[in-house]
Amino acid sequence: MSDHPDLTKLIFGRLSWDAIPFHEPILLATFAAVLVGGLVLLGLITKYRLWGYLWHEWFTSIDHKKIGIMYMVLGLVMLLRGFADAIMMRLQQAISFGDNLGYLPPHHYDQVFTAHGVIMIFFVAMPIVTGLMNYIVPLQIGARDVAFPFLNNFSFWMTTSGAVLVMASLFVGEFARTGWLAYPPLSGILASPDVGVDYYIWSLQIAGVGTLLSGVNLLVTIIKMRAPGMKLMQMPVFTWTALCTNVLIIAAFPVLTAVLALLSMDRYLGTHMFTNELGGNAMMYVNLIWIWGHPEVYILILPMFGVFSEVVSTFAGKRLFGYTSMVYATIVITVLSYLVWLHHFFTMGSGASVNSFFGITTMIISIPTGAKIFNWLFTMYRGRIRFELPMMWVVAFMVTFVIGGMTGVLLAVPPADFSLHNSLFLIAHFHNVIIGGVLFGAFAAINFWFPKAFGFRLDPFWGKCSFWLWVVGFYFAFMPLYVLGLMGVTRRISHFEDPSLQIWFQIAAFGAVLIALGIGAMLIQFVVSFLRREQLRDVTGDPWGGRTLEWSTSSPPPAYNFAFTPVVHDGDAWWQMKRLGWQRPLAGFIDIHMPKNTGAGIILAGISTVLGFAMIWQMWLLAALAFVSLLAVAIGHTFNYNREYYIQAADVARVEAARTEQLASHV
Amino acid sequence: MSAHTDVHAAHDGHDHHHDPHDEHHDDGIGHVSLKGYMIGFVLAVLLTAVPFALVMSGGLKDSGTTALVILGFAAVQIVVHMVYFLHMNAKSEGGWNMLALIFTAVLVLITLSGSIWVMYHLNHNMMPALMDPRNLP
Repeated sequence: MSDHPDLTKLIFGRLSWDAIPFHEPILLATFAAVLVGGLVLLGLITKYRLWGYLWHEWFTSIDHKKIGIMYMVLGLVMLLRGFADAIMMRLQQAISFGDNLGYLPPHHYDQVFTAHGVIMIFFVAMPIVTGLMNYIVPLQIGARDVAFPFLNNFSFWMTTSGAVLVMASLFVGEFARTGWLAYPPLSGILASPDVGVDYYIWSLQIAGVGTLLSGVNLLVTIIKMRAPGMKLMQMPVFTWTALCTNVLIIAAFPVLTAVLALLSMDRYLGTHMFTNELGGNAMMYVNLIWIWGHPEVYILILPMFGVFSEVVSTFAGKRLFGYTSMVYATIVITVLSYLVWLHHFFTMGSGASVNSFFGITTMIISIPTGAKIFNWLFTMYRGRIRFELPMMWVVAFMVTFVIGGMTGVLLAVPPADFSLHNSLFLIAHFHNVIIGGVLFGAFAAINFWFPKAFGFRLDPFWGKCSFWLWVVGFYFAFMPLYVLGLMGVTRRISHFEDPSLQIWFQIAAFGAVLIALGIGAMLIQFVVSFLRREQLRDVTGDPWGGRTLEWSTSSPPPAYNFAFTPVVHDGDAWWQMKRLGWQRPLAGFIDIHMPKNTGAGIILAGISTVLGFAMIWQMWLLAALAFVSLLAVAIGHTFNYNREYYIQAADVARVEAARTEQLASHV
Repeated sequence: MSAHTDVHAAHDGHDHHHDPHDEHHDDGIGHVSLKGYMIGFVLAVLLTAVPFALVMSGGLKDSGTTALVILGFAAVQIVVHMVYFLHMNAKSEGGWNMLALIFTAVLVLITLSGSIWVMYHLNHNMMPALMDPRNLP
């Protein structure tokens, strides 16, 4: 061994047995639990011979509906991980006062809050947003798939690959201790020489490839593949918000890629982009990453605005109030979101003119958002509102989001920000808008479109339990943080001396427990709904009295979505078709040309995971191998000409006949 | 990589039955010809060679002016590439190319000018000694 230190280093890089956290009982127990749970899961899959099914029907599938569902599953699984981090922090802060140091040592606590932020944004919110767009957009515009179906599968697996790396950091080595944006100099090689920041960089870079490609894919889909007759101003609002979101993704994510690449050059090659030597400037990192970071929050919230629009107009039984103003508000937000980034660092030292410019643009951006709120209220006004679960989430969103929006405008005032920045007031604000906006929107969407995706509705009782626990839990968990922030408590603190603060942290911890119960109720809701699926069955394909084209298909839709491409004459196309007494075509089907499944996406992403892992641990040999095989597989895939097949007209006729029978049985 | 085939795979599904309604076929890229490529090539070479010569010969005494001139040539070079090699014009792809170009240009402008403004201010406020002309190299 001692004869070949170079060889060992070449193969294993920095990886050694020290990287496994044997000395941390919490991590070791988690590791053991994950290992046992994972083995049981794998054993069950093997026992019931599901590998072939999973591989052929899901992993290699390039059907936008299945990829959308896989994105949602990824988001929900990672939500559990991200929430586990959250409740660990709440517990630590509730008990760590005075002599009690709590149960998390600071270096572990720092990893927990970093991982919480990274996971919740990149691996919960982003997959859920992308998954929704993937599932809904092609159905809403009357298309059979996205523009680049293989790319879609590849994007999903790249996102998953990033998530796998983040999860690996839990058990092999450690994660960054820098906060979710990894500001240098703390994230530089001098202050963070370990693998934590490298895990951060590589997981985000790999997942970023997936996000960017999926953005391109969906943008092209919306522009190029709308059903004949569907003009831009007749697109459903969700599709509009998806369009703007993907424009934002395409324009913003390269900035993140570039800034992380610069940071990795600092760390790997010894350049000085963000150090104080040789003309480098750490403040440039903060400036650049927020040029990505601010559009990112609109990438998350805009599709949810679309969800709320669809849900409100469906459950109020009315055409959306102010469709045109809704579209223009979305476009204005898209452009303005590039003009506000400095409000994330008012206190870094810019002068009054810079700060006031960005303060004012920030206040301006709340105008189109406010217009949207009024549009939803006016849609509800005099509507015949049905308070089903999706609608309940929308109402909870409107109340919660307005509070979060107002504290946001408060923070946009630079002088106020000087006393509130980096305080728990800020933490309360952005959780207020992200949970109240993105997460509540995701739950509205899940309850709304679940019957479309699976053919049965979600159980309303457990859904309501989850709803009330979540909403009440949210207020208990975050209102105390506003109070604490106004008292001057800063974020990311693992230990406190002042006992008068403790009660607020305990209330917040209670709120987190309520949210935990809410998540539990949601999981029970899924299980109960599955068991009661016959009672909850949706045979019509249109369980809520929907207005847009996805409700014209069966639930779940056939692989080809539409036997005949619909022709659109007006907005709310399906509503209009129903009013005019549209009849399903029952004969005259022809062969349908469809793209074929391929394993290239999951293989490429698997190699990318290895490449990322090797780069993190500086195993240069493995990294070179992985890189070469990545290129080889990618080039090899271009020679695969066997990419399409036809669904025979007879098969289409059989599927459609089954649907006819199902519809007849219902009436 | 696989984009082209895949577009068709998904696309053909549409085009089968609804050709009369299909709006996708009247746009596309602009006119492509050997002459266009040659003009583009010559322009690109000129726009590369002239700045190169400027630097090598030191024709302009002031290095700041030289940098500005090179930047100007680079901007023209971008336009040459877009027009002659990427065949972009105001009508290609039904105007979407133009819209995307304007949007990109606006964002790049915002990002660059905003960053310069912000960083200048930060330097001015945080490192006044550095900004003092007497201390500049």
